[in-house]
Amino acid sequence: MTKTLSMKFAAALAISTAITGWVVTPTQAADLTVYTAVEAEDLARYAEEFNKDHPDININWVRDSTGIVTAKLLAEKDNPQADVVWGLAATSLLLMKSEGMLEPYAPNGVDKLDPKFVDKSSPPTWTGMDAWVASVCYNTVEAGKAGLTPPTSWQDLTKPEYAGHLIMPNPNSSGTGFLDVSSWLQMFGEDGGWTYMDALHANIARYTHSGSKPCKLAAAGEIPIGISFAFRGAKSKAAGAPLEIIVPSEGVGWDMEATAIIAGTGELDAAKTLVDWTITKKANAMYNTGYAVVAYPGVAKPVEHFPEGLLDAMIDNDFEFAANNRAAILKEWQSRYDSKSEPKS
Amino acid sequence: MNKNHTANPPNASNTPFLTIKDLWKAFGKFVALREISLEVFEGEFVCFLGPSGCGKTTLLRAIAGLDLQTSGEIEQGGNDISNLPPAERDFGIVFQSYALFPNLTIEKNIAFGLENTGKGKAEVSARVNELLELVGLPDQGKKYPAQLSGGQQQRIALARAIATEPGLLLLDEPLSALDAKVRVFLRHEIKELQRKLGVTTVMVTHDQEEGLSMADRIVVMNHGIIEQVGTPAEIYRDPQTLFVADFIGEMNQMAGKALSGSSVQVGQQKLSCPDHEFKNGSQVIVAVRPEDIVPHGKGARSQGAKDTIKTPGNAFEVIVSDMEFLGSFWRASLQSSKLGDARLIANLSINAVHRMSVEIGKTLKIEIPPERIKVFPPSQKVSQGSGLEDV
Amino acid sequence: MRAKSIVPGKRVKPKLGSDDWIMRGFIALIAIYLVIALAFPLYAMLSKAFSTYHYDLGQFEFQVSDQEGQFDGTILSARELNEKQQAYSQQELSTGSGGRLAVTNFFPDFSFRSTVLYKVRGIDDNAVFLVGSERKSGTVWQEVDSNKFRKVVLRPVKSTGLSNFSIYFSTPALVRSIKNSLLISAISTIITVSLAFWFAYSLNRSCMRFKGVFRLIAMAPILVPSLLPGIALVYLFGNQGMLKSVMMGESIYGPYGIVAGSVFFTFPHAMLIITTALAISDARLYEAAVSLRASPWRTFWTVTIPGARYGLISAAFVVFNLVITDFGLPKVIGGQFNMLAVDIYKQVIGQQNFEMGAVVSVVLLIPALFAFAIDRIVQRKQVALLSARSVVYEPKPNRGFDWLCFSYCALIAIFIVGILGVCQYAALIKFWPYDLSLSLKNYAFDLMDGGGWAAYRNSIKLASLTALFGTVVVFIGAYMVEKTQGFSVGRAGFQFLAMLPMAIPGMVLGLAYIFFFNNPNNPLNFIYGTMTILVLCTVTHFYTVSHLTAVTALKQMDNEFESVSSSLKQPFYKLFVRVSVPVCLPAILDISIYLFVNAMTTVSAVVFLYSSGTALASVAVLNMDDAGDVAPAAAMGMMIFYTNIIARTVHALVSRGVLKRTQSWRTR
Repeated sequence: MTKTLSMKFAAALAISTAITGWVVTPTQAADLTVYTAVEAEDLARYAEEFNKDHPDININWVRDSTGIVTAKLLAEKDNPQADVVWGLAATSLLLMKSEGMLEPYAPNGVDKLDPKFVDKSSPPTWTGMDAWVASVCYNTVEAGKAGLTPPTSWQDLTKPEYAGHLIMPNPNSSGTGFLDVSSWLQMFGEDGGWTYMDALHANIARYTHSGSKPCKLAAAGEIPIGISFAFRGAKSKAAGAPLEIIVPSEGVGWDMEATAIIAGTGELDAAKTLVDWTITKKANAMYNTGYAVVAYPGVAKPVEHFPEGLLDAMIDNDFEFAANNRAAILKEWQSRYDSKSEPKS
Repeated sequence: MNKNHTANPPNASNTPFLTIKDLWKAFGKFVALREISLEVFEGEFVCFLGPSGCGKTTLLRAIAGLDLQTSGEIEQGGNDISNLPPAERDFGIVFQSYALFPNLTIEKNIAFGLENTGKGKAEVSARVNELLELVGLPDQGKKYPAQLSGGQQQRIALARAIATEPGLLLLDEPLSALDAKVRVFLRHEIKELQRKLGVTTVMVTHDQEEGLSMADRIVVMNHGIIEQVGTPAEIYRDPQTLFVADFIGEMNQMAGKALSGSSVQVGQQKLSCPDHEFKNGSQVIVAVRPEDIVPHGKGARSQGAKDTIKTPGNAFEVIVSDMEFLGSFWRASLQSSKLGDARLIANLSINAVHRMSVEIGKTLKIEIPPERIKVFPPSQKVSQGSGLEDV
Repeated sequence: MRAKSIVPGKRVKPKLGSDDWIMRGFIALIAIYLVIALAFPLYAMLSKAFSTYHYDLGQFEFQVSDQEGQFDGTILSARELNEKQQAYSQQELSTGSGGRLAVTNFFPDFSFRSTVLYKVRGIDDNAVFLVGSERKSGTVWQEVDSNKFRKVVLRPVKSTGLSNFSIYFSTPALVRSIKNSLLISAISTIITVSLAFWFAYSLNRSCMRFKGVFRLIAMAPILVPSLLPGIALVYLFGNQGMLKSVMMGESIYGPYGIVAGSVFFTFPHAMLIITTALAISDARLYEAAVSLRASPWRTFWTVTIPGARYGLISAAFVVFNLVITDFGLPKVIGGQFNMLAVDIYKQVIGQQNFEMGAVVSVVLLIPALFAFAIDRIVQRKQVALLSARSVVYEPKPNRGFDWLCFSYCALIAIFIVGILGVCQYAALIKFWPYDLSLSLKNYAFDLMDGGGWAAYRNSIKLASLTALFGTVVVFIGAYMVEKTQGFSVGRAGFQFLAMLPMAIPGMVLGLAYIFFFNNPNNPLNFIYGTMTILVLCTVTHFYTVSHLTAVTALKQMDNEFESVSSSLKQPFYKLFVRVSVPVCLPAILDISIYLFVNAMTTVSAVVFLYSSGTALASVAVLNMDDAGDVAPAAAMGMMIFYTNIIARTVHALVSRGVLKRTQSWRTR
């Protein structure tokens, strides 16, 4: 009873602050430093759309790959430079959360989102935007030259015929790589997962540092098969690459891009305004340009070149498992596979 | 050793302008200067003379404040300048390398010290022209140093050093980098200029001719100490130590022993000499300059002049073992059974050689005038071997 | 103190003039700069390497209920549980800052389906654990059911010690990098030095034509980031490579690629050093050899090689150091072949394990310091050789030999031009290898990762600022060290600091900067993420060579200028402005172009330090390649190349102009 009361009080307080903020200084401009891992070409559009509704809040983007943004945020733990994170992997945000770096905040209308896309804590510390789903990019031309048959499942990829024709991201440096590994461990069980990766490792030509690179390499014919994510594959396909985007039948791992407020920000009101906006239907429609799966149910329209059945193939991802076991998984992975020149033990 | 070199110099006033008192300089464990005390009088031209490494440049740099002494005092014009930085002292300096600023014209080099002194442009320019005139290089002002010859550059360096009319002019081997002819010419020029300006001057050189010809007084240094101070003639005629005797001019040195009173013995030859304080029978070095050896015999003197042996005891026969023609005189190597192992070098005039038909193998009678003989303790040679001996 | 016993009397204490004070002030200022820009960050990094994390099990307590959910009040300490169960070894309790320890292992009969409830708490506020992703600390009991208890993990506490190093050395994948790095560096060194020796030999000892052109081409690799050859090698020898068959089934991704790229980017460095060494050898020795009727072969081994030995050794260690500390190239083309410099990046960026990054940095420092020390010793000896008088060797025409040299140099030149040409070609191809039509779409940097055209502009800004401030700081610093009197301890310390950056790999410096400047307690924290820190880091990274250039120029100036000036009662700064700077102008211009070019191409030091507003072209090459945008990466790399060519040309023109105007005194 007391709990709900105090929460209501807090919410009321928050709202009133927000309102007073609006009323007292309706035209005062705020500068928000926003850390993001959203693809560079989408950023300008996001800011533009947001500023149509909130011209008074100026966004200063700090963009980098997921790993670097995460490293940056963690490094700045005691001296945060960011006000808001908009578009970073939920697994990364969970790390921030467990360091107490995120400001709990329930954005207006959070209840309209698919609960899968909202932090389980209440109030939630982060809210999801869109999902980012693993897929296999398959270069039909190069595969044809090598006489390969298209794989249909993860298990297929361990077949000897694909030996040396496979590239995947290194989970130690790539979020995509990690979501693959974590999904296999969740799907095949811990032992089954590692057995699977042992077999897969035998076929991998090399591991790349970034998650989009395997698909780009497949698109460029540098390798026939790249384990990457669907969004990247669709883009490369749209650019004219002879790609087939394969959704393995066992299911695919995914992560979501999510939004959070950094605890201790000096621009809390503006940050809340931004986060409120990021979960609106309009914003979700905007995410849909690149992502087939978004947090707001019913918004998503099919994206060109996106593989069919992707939504159904998404596994029931346990983000907490992923975040809390991340260090241990990576350590294990590193000791097993982190040097292609060394045969696995 | 002489500790107080305050003999009155010629050609100078009696007030010491620069006084150095018990000055020491050590580089780590090496003592470069020890117990240096010296007075330099106003208007005097003093020369520090000695072989390289003797400490003469170190002393000059201490006077300039460029390398501070370890202990001891320096007074200039009655002020204690011992610990002042160079900029707060009053001197001009000329280096062996000239140290002309290569990117500035001659004019600007000379004017360098005149700027910021409250002088107007025209005044500075006038002074520069005056100085160029003074060093005999008018019309060269627009050139760069590299366009001048070495001797010209050195004169510009001199002009720059005296531009601000310093009380003391320091010259650090100013002529060493020049070729022989220019050197002789500039020697004279610098001396002239110094006389004209009356500026107290200290020059460092390792060239004895330079020292002898230019200085009012010479300070002979060796291994960080002052060996002797005196006028060029004193130094040459009356060297106080074997080192000075050897370093200035040439000197025959013969091992011998002292006899009581005023004589010494070299081999079997007894020689009269000035009074000495050596104990009878003690080992000594007997020294005589080659030009002081007097030949006797037919033709030894020009026609009409009488050839008399003044001190017959100091005359003996020698055999000419070698002869070397040196242009203005002959240098003869002389041997005598009486002298034992010792050999003598004598400078014989061309005329005498010609008249006496001196040649190798010929026997010749020579006399060593007693007053020309110098007697030194043999240990002096040893003591000069190390600059690190305990005090 | 010893001298005191030798010299009697009161010591003369120098009275310092205003010049002395100003100069000391400057020395202090620049020394403070070096301390802040170098010593403190390195210290921060070292302390990071020794800052360890471990699970303090004594901090945590549990209660377990029966099947009905009733607690009997028994409190179990995690430490005691672990001792009883042997769940975790001491080594497993060492971890990194991100470590998480599952607690279910303490309870062998744990099942997440059971109805047993658990309580967990810390014994003080320092104890931190997570329930799911919720962070809990303090002594309040947290009650969870069995299913939730699975998600309880303990967090480590910080302490100091060597355990990071023991973790490092017990991780085979990491330790293997040491071997890999040493091996690759050694192989690259042997190849580069051999190739560069014959190139330099051809330039010095033959009468072949186009020497100037060859020299120019050989210097080109200095103008591009070290990772650019990696990109070209992918286009040449990758799976879709133009010359893939040359690889005979071997993959270019890995040791072959790293060595080939390393040879490319270290070639000019080796060539320069060896050319200098060959140029100073004495012609009289060759005349003597001829008069002794020694065969050319014998002459080569008894005269040429010994004469150039210091140059060869020095070149070898410089190349070794460049390769072992390089990060861009192995990142681009190393594949699964791990190298130390890449490990730092992976630890920091991939795993956010800053402590381990610092440990790898320390490991990387050791060979780098070693190579640096040897190089310094050898260089000193070579300088001694240089100062000896010798007669310059004048080669005589020899048709056969000259043709041989020409062919050899042409081959090397083709390799260098080929690499650059491939990059330019790749940048203009629409979609390699499927659509070979030409297009400029790869220059639409704004549509890609890496920072877009703004990154290119930032790079130019960084290079200009580095050239400007770096030259000022370096030259004033060198002047103060070289021309002040006394204060010898301070000057020696300064000299040491000035030499140090050469031994510090860029990655290490960059990481050290994060640790030092990103500390909120650091009053200079505000420069973190700005252009200032990039300039600071870049100037520091390239300090040593600039400093040595300045010192060499100053040493050539008469030491008595200062004496003359002070005897004329002129302040030192007047001499500095009117004489020292103009006379050293050629060296000053050299320093600034050196800093400019290096600031344009550097990746390793700045990769940790740039922010979105200060993204750099060189880092953009890396990031675009990383994201798979290889062609745009090549395009950006070539932009850097052209920019550097323009900068060099401008430098050459300005130098000539300035020399003509202000150095007319040099010509008699």
